Amino acid sequence: MTPQAAAREANQSTAARRANGRKRAEAPVLPVPGLAAPRRPKRVRTSERTLPSGLRVVAVRRPTVPIVEVRLWVPFFSTKPTHHARSTLLAAAMTTGTANRSRVELATALGGLGAQLTASVDPDRLLLSSSALATGLPTLLDLIAEVVTSARYPSDEVAGERTRLAERIRVSRSQAGSQAADALARRMAPGHPYGSTLPDEEQVTATTAAQLRALHAGLVRPDGAVLVLVGDLSPARALAAAERALADWTGSPALSRAVPVPPISVRPMQVVHRPGSVQTAFRFGGAGLPRSHPSYPALQLANLAFGGYFSSRWVENIREHKGYSYSPRSLLEHAQLGSTFQAAADVATEVTAAAVLETLYELGRIASLPISPTELESAQQYAVGSLALATATQAGLASQLIGLLSAGLDVDWLTEHPARLLKVTAEQVAEVAAEFLAPRRLVSVAVGDAELIWSPLSAITEIE
Amino acid sequence: MPTTESLTASLPSLSFELHHHTLRNGLRVVLAPDASAPVIGIGLVYDVGFRSEPEGRTGFAHLFEHLMFQGSANLQKLEHFRYVQASGGIFNGSTHLDYTNYFEALPSHALERGLFLEADRMRSPRITPENLRNQIDVVSEEIRVNVLNRPYGGFPWLMLPQVLYRTFPNAHNGYGGFEDLNNATVDEAAEFFDTYYAPSNAVLSVAGDIDPDQTIQLIEQHFGELRKRKRPVRPDFAEPAPAGERRAVHHDAMAPLPAVAIGYRVPDPHADLRVYLASVLLAEILTEGDAARLQRSLVQSRGLVSDITAYLGTFGDPLEERDPTRLNITARYSPDIDVETVLAAIDHELDRLAATGPEPAELDRVKVRLASIVSRELDQVVNRSLEFAKFETIFDDASVILRLPELMAEVTDADIQAAAARLQPDSRAVVELVPGAGR
Repeated sequence: MTPQAAAREANQSTAARRANGRKRAEAPVLPVPGLAAPRRPKRVRTSERTLPSGLRVVAVRRPTVPIVEVRLWVPFFSTKPTHHARSTLLAAAMTTGTANRSRVELATALGGLGAQLTASVDPDRLLLSSSALATGLPTLLDLIAEVVTSARYPSDEVAGERTRLAERIRVSRSQAGSQAADALARRMAPGHPYGSTLPDEEQVTATTAAQLRALHAGLVRPDGAVLVLVGDLSPARALAAAERALADWTGSPALSRAVPVPPISVRPMQVVHRPGSVQTAFRFGGAGLPRSHPSYPALQLANLAFGGYFSSRWVENIREHKGYSYSPRSLLEHAQLGSTFQAAADVATEVTAAAVLETLYELGRIASLPISPTELESAQQYAVGSLALATATQAGLASQLIGLLSAGLDVDWLTEHPARLLKVTAEQVAEVAAEFLAPRRLVSVAVGDAELIWSPLSAITEIE
Repeated sequence: MPTTESLTASLPSLSFELHHHTLRNGLRVVLAPDASAPVIGIGLVYDVGFRSEPEGRTGFAHLFEHLMFQGSANLQKLEHFRYVQASGGIFNGSTHLDYTNYFEALPSHALERGLFLEADRMRSPRITPENLRNQIDVVSEEIRVNVLNRPYGGFPWLMLPQVLYRTFPNAHNGYGGFEDLNNATVDEAAEFFDTYYAPSNAVLSVAGDIDPDQTIQLIEQHFGELRKRKRPVRPDFAEPAPAGERRAVHHDAMAPLPAVAIGYRVPDPHADLRVYLASVLLAEILTEGDAARLQRSLVQSRGLVSDITAYLGTFGDPLEERDPTRLNITARYSPDIDVETVLAAIDHELDRLAATGPEPAELDRVKVRLASIVSRELDQVVNRSLEFAKFETIFDDASVILRLPELMAEVTDADIQAAAARLQPDSRAVVELVPGAGR
């Protein structure tokens, strides 16, 4: 037995020994099997048509289960200070009645197709997401057309949604994670539409049904919108059905001119007091790179090696070695006007300063020293494999496609990305890590009990 | 209104081919080949959940799940994750009332490696005092982030069973108390493994881009030599339904709005799945979508509650628990509303449904909806492996999930009426959440 193996045997629990009897004690160390030859994913074949209205429709046949997935992405950017509140309420009230149907009648019609239809907004877009039994696609498209062309925003329904949305915002504001996300957004993009994640409750309460109708008329327009259909469908018939159903949806949105996101202005860590909090939710954020940038694959791998997956330095450090946090994670996020790097952890109040110290250490380490060949290869394989997994389902592929198409990329990006990832070198990772993950390039917030964390944190970093 | 026959035709059929195999050590295997994408799911379900953990060791089944990731006979700490992810895969595990699952989703060329990783920890997990201490800390943070530091944290899954049930296995907190977690020992973990993690107490399912014969051969090679151990006898967890309404109040210092959770006992899923499915469909009729009964009456028309949800089981999967299990209704409402008003409104709708039954086509719609949810769920390869392994464990037959559309088709309006009539105030548990956060 090698010393390593002897140590392993010594570490074995009594139960494990009991369970496996004498036989195990003499067993040689078993090798971990290697990998077989990889099989390439099938190419995603898209069919598409741009309707006279400017709506781009993309269909993919993927008959794995008898379902179709539908995503309709509508540009929705506005710099109006009331837009966040109004657009959020619009999404909540959008399916509460059309010219032909009441709220319940619409839900009944969707139910008959095994469908659900939800609307959501972010600062860039309105997104309608739906899925239905494949046989129901033409009817589902008719119902979606009915919503985008004739949503009525009945006053009584809007009043109900207004109250419920205000309550949901109150619940969100009571959550440490939501508070931290909102505080970080303010820190990263102050004064910009990207600079908050929770709408203002009073503005929601002040919004009228007439204002929602006006907003819908101004922005829910097909020019520049993208519709993705994925599932057990015939692309030709699906495109024809979409064209037929959405023929009466016309016009261009009255969008605000895009305002650039201000560059990150580094400031001390902001401590947000949450009395009695038994944990601190801390977040770091900084600039990222868009998926189209030549250095994006390197940044993707730098993020993974730092904290973007379980086998990363940060997760192994503060979770698996020190037990400070359940699910520390870092990620790259893409919006129309810029991409960001973010890292998030929730830790016990008493280890807040120690966990921030380890985070700064790991950020500093990856920004100043190259990652090992093993770390690089692991991150590359994970990035390639998890992309294949994410696009192996109808719903996953639909969401990936709508994300790419709305960012001006197309399906080739999916096909070509694995090769780009596998070409990245450790030097390239080091270069982008130094630029984007360096602690001095990031802003940060900590939501916790300030009375307990202020003094320990101030010993580690600048706070305010 | 469509007849049962015409409805069946409109429900999707789920056509996955299943292969069954049992190893000499008792490990049951379910394979579901499908070459549509070069990915596989490996799901392993052990027939032990937090209902089986011993008194004084609340949270032990979940803590043990964490320990299964800490290395194994031939793998050091951290190596399990690293091998999965460096192969391009993802992994996780979760602890439920009646079972614990582990999974990997991998590119298909990593099949043998994935099987080896699961076999190695079924052989023996690397449970050391250091790993145990580390994972007690991690689990403590998990409980803080999901329960103690979160408004409505753990509501109602941690509170409702303590009111609805009287016996420790059914009633206790499955996340565990910190004291119990901190008292856990390596020897107890060893004994738990010995008792419950026997090959004969597990189901392995592999779905996706596999050749069934070759996969069976690999499974025999990696799992076949694991020593046969006796399959633990599952105790009878039965207890009588409440003989009156049981009430409790839960104070939540961080919550801004009051909430209520109601728990009702439902028929044994094993005894008659069709009768049980009526309760599942009833929950959909009550709260799923804008046309659902409680959405229409309590949310839209009367504005009594801001949201309301009815679901079966602990975590909302209606087909993952044995008897006793429950139907839950939870609602959040404004501080101006009295809980009795909310309860009376729910009772009124249940009485109405019990008396007059579903409207024409109402039941058909929820059947179609549920069938489409099952289809969608099964599109993901790792869900497929986990569902087949779970159904084989809980219902003794993986193919039950594929027959759900036809089983649901047999549920009649009268079954729904009967299911609604069973939800009686005098045999339920009610937990009222009193918020502590200012308005």
